[in-house]
Amino acid sequence: MTRRRKSIAGVLALVALAAAPLFLSSFTISLLDYIGVYALVAIGLALLTGVGGIVSFGQAAFVGVGAYATAWASALAGYSPWVGLALAIVLTCGVAAVLGATTLRLQGHFLSLSTLAWGLAIGFLFGNVEGLGNFSGISSIPPIRIGSLALTESAQIYYLIWGVVAASLVALSNLLNSRAGRAIRALRGGNVLVESLGIDSFRTKLAAFVIAALLAALSGWLYAHMSRFVSPATFDAGMGIEYLMMAMVGGQGSLIGGVVGASIITFLKNSIQDYLPLISPGASGQLEVVAFSAIFILFLQRARRGIVPYIVDRLPKASEPVDESAADLPKRRQPPAGRTILSVDQVVRRFGGLTAVNLVSFEVRAAEILGLIGPNGAGKSTMFNLCTGALPMDSGAIAFAGEPIRRMPQRAIARAGVSRTFQHVKLRPRMSVIDNVLLGAHTRTKAGIAAGMLRLDRSEEASARKEAQAQLQRVGLGDVLFEEAGNLPLGKQRLVEIARALAADPVLLVLDEPAAGLRRNEKMALAELLRSLRADGLTILLVEHDMEFVMSLVDRIVVMDFGSKLCEGLPAEIRADPRVQEAYLGSLA
Amino acid sequence: MSFDIAAILAVDGVSNGAIYALVAIGTVLLFSVTRVMFVPFGDLAAFTALTLAALDGGKRPGTVALVAILAALAFSMEAFALLRAGRRRDLPKAALYYLLVPGVLAAIVGVAAPLHPPLPVRLLLALMAVTPIAPLLDRIVFRPVADAPVLLLLIIAVALHFALVGLGLLFFGPEGVRTEPLTSGSLEIFGTTISGQTVLIVVAALALSGLLYVCFDYTLVGKALRAVSSNRTGARLMGIRPARAGAIAYILGSVLAGVSGILIAPVNTIFYDSGFLIGLKAFVGAIIGGLYSYPGAALGALFVGLLESFASFESSSLKDVIVFSLLVPILMWRSIASLHLEEDDEE
Repeated sequence: MTRRRKSIAGVLALVALAAAPLFLSSFTISLLDYIGVYALVAIGLALLTGVGGIVSFGQAAFVGVGAYATAWASALAGYSPWVGLALAIVLTCGVAAVLGATTLRLQGHFLSLSTLAWGLAIGFLFGNVEGLGNFSGISSIPPIRIGSLALTESAQIYYLIWGVVAASLVALSNLLNSRAGRAIRALRGGNVLVESLGIDSFRTKLAAFVIAALLAALSGWLYAHMSRFVSPATFDAGMGIEYLMMAMVGGQGSLIGGVVGASIITFLKNSIQDYLPLISPGASGQLEVVAFSAIFILFLQRARRGIVPYIVDRLPKASEPVDESAADLPKRRQPPAGRTILSVDQVVRRFGGLTAVNLVSFEVRAAEILGLIGPNGAGKSTMFNLCTGALPMDSGAIAFAGEPIRRMPQRAIARAGVSRTFQHVKLRPRMSVIDNVLLGAHTRTKAGIAAGMLRLDRSEEASARKEAQAQLQRVGLGDVLFEEAGNLPLGKQRLVEIARALAADPVLLVLDEPAAGLRRNEKMALAELLRSLRADGLTILLVEHDMEFVMSLVDRIVVMDFGSKLCEGLPAEIRADPRVQEAYLGSLA
Repeated sequence: MSFDIAAILAVDGVSNGAIYALVAIGTVLLFSVTRVMFVPFGDLAAFTALTLAALDGGKRPGTVALVAILAALAFSMEAFALLRAGRRRDLPKAALYYLLVPGVLAAIVGVAAPLHPPLPVRLLLALMAVTPIAPLLDRIVFRPVADAPVLLLLIIAVALHFALVGLGLLFFGPEGVRTEPLTSGSLEIFGTTISGQTVLIVVAALALSGLLYVCFDYTLVGKALRAVSSNRTGARLMGIRPARAGAIAYILGSVLAGVSGILIAPVNTIFYDSGFLIGLKAFVGAIIGGLYSYPGAALGALFVGLLESFASFESSSLKDVIVFSLLVPILMWRSIASLHLEEDDEE
């Protein structure tokens, strides 16, 4: 959908929502209220889990913190619900920030298990604190007042709830189409790529985590003043998985999926409650949770991606045109040709007893292409990872532009001007080609989360898009900007990686076997591209297997064998060197 | 806290810890073979206790009907899959595994229940009734998504736990049970009285984990399980079927969970939903041990038991909060300890 059509659909949805109380029964409206309250949490989870790939079982606990905060403030301490709102937000986001800071470095399932653990711990806490009414909870919570109007009827708070839902949807969907949002979208699939782009993956995760908690806090606040009563059972681990279910049923990576999921689950639950007693009177409560879990498991088995992506795939694709009149992004000045850019000095890296890189030294000079070659297992890839900071070295020194990089995290090295590609292509296959390349421009742009949500980043965004388009045109992919990256053939995916690296305006481009898997004419085009980049003053370090490709392209070659540097020289010298021939072909003795 | 109290708490903690250890070992076993973090082992422990209580009272346990239903479901799924694949010849074998064996086990339990057999037989019957549940659930729930990412399997396992809690209420009712002690003796060490039940728990935990160790190192089945856990594809190339290895792991894990249920039932009152906390605490223990090491899991579970026991002395209402809050720093430590150049997960 184009932006325009999206806006029209949004306005229509808003009108329908606004008119709903005029047509629907008060029971249905109160059901819609609940849906809205749940949807807020599910939208947050859609961002955190669906987009960012961080599975959280603990959102119910955040809702609980928000709800209890406002319940305490308004029912027990006698403040206005608006004070409760402030307290709910501050407290929930504070708890989320602390929990996130301690747990978000965990990997994959460890992280999810920790959400289960603290979700349970917080859930138990509600029921065991004297001041919060133990297991019986807090009742007689006052309604929210806007001016002199108390929102006591379900049709009154309805507008507040759905107003908050709509605002959250708009803000988050703006966010996802901005610099910060793209970083969140890039999280799914692992840290290696994210850090290599100069993005702080931990801070990005933390941001997504706190935003999701903020929405949970809003939901908790609305819930407390809607039902006027809170008790621990509403925020237990079971509810945590129910929220996850809403986000997943709605659809992976889709914000509106949160609303769809919340609606489906709530209606489903409601109808299960209506119909189960007919099938099995007396056992309906137990059967409800069984039926529910069974449906969820069936869903996870059969239709993991969820409902909304299924529909979106069948709609025409978005293609917001690139603004050709946007200002250029600032470019860095390339160092003069011949100056030493990267110096590797006596570097050692061991894996247990294996010395993968042993006392290797070489230099890369500005505006040259240096080839790093060697047979399988020679330690090329390890050397490569040491140069880009993806692996720490055991001893020795590497300096980039005169600065030692030993203590620099990978992303700082990336920001300093080292861009890389990967031997096994690492794109975000469900993002468009241009969005993948825009990830490369992350370090050259500044807009933060708030700017992204409020669309204050548009001029910078337009410049970045223009740059991304220019780099894609440079590698010959100007005609596939809005394709899903995963749909391109491998050769083109490799070119997208190069365009992404170029979008960072690097000093040193480090390519890991860029010709692997390419056809002959694709290889020739690639060689041509690399020559033109060199002519523009870019420095390239190339790890490659394909001898013909390397020999015809590079200025100098470093040969590695069994972790050590075998020799170094011009392509012709290397070709003639008997040691190299022996390393590749075995001894002729 | 005096020495006496500390000693009592320690004994209590060790005995709880040993129970968690059994479940934790099953969890690690199953995770390494199938990559499923089978949260419901705790539920199976609770089901065993409830089954045993029903047998003690001479009633037919709800487990019988549960197994019968699951067997019918698992067999129809398997039969459907076989027919679709055109493998009609394999139907009798599927009927044997998924229908006949669990059906006969359930029938024996159902028939023997009203006869009120002696205690050792009742224990055996309780284990027989519960053991088929997990392998059947494997066929119904996890086999269709065997290659899914670990996280998805975890979400499914958590959902399955909730289904089991509902089923537990349906088949066993809301009443809590406490079975008669397996032994009434006690002994005294350094002035601290240790009940025979505690000794039994610790001995059983040690014996079963020792048995498992022997089985893994010295039998072909054990070696096959280890092969699958270290490399599924490699094991498959060697003619080991991961699905069968998974089934064996489910059976072993169920027996471990069942034994822990039998051991805990005389000590704690067990409800249909008590399993979650048992399972999760075992889980915490398994994670402390790194999710791959059996002795590590056992020690971790022991630690959880001790922690819980001392925490409940400090504040009985907050003991669970303490145990689960502890998981966060432990996970951090584990995560740092296992830090490596991460291979990216799938999209």
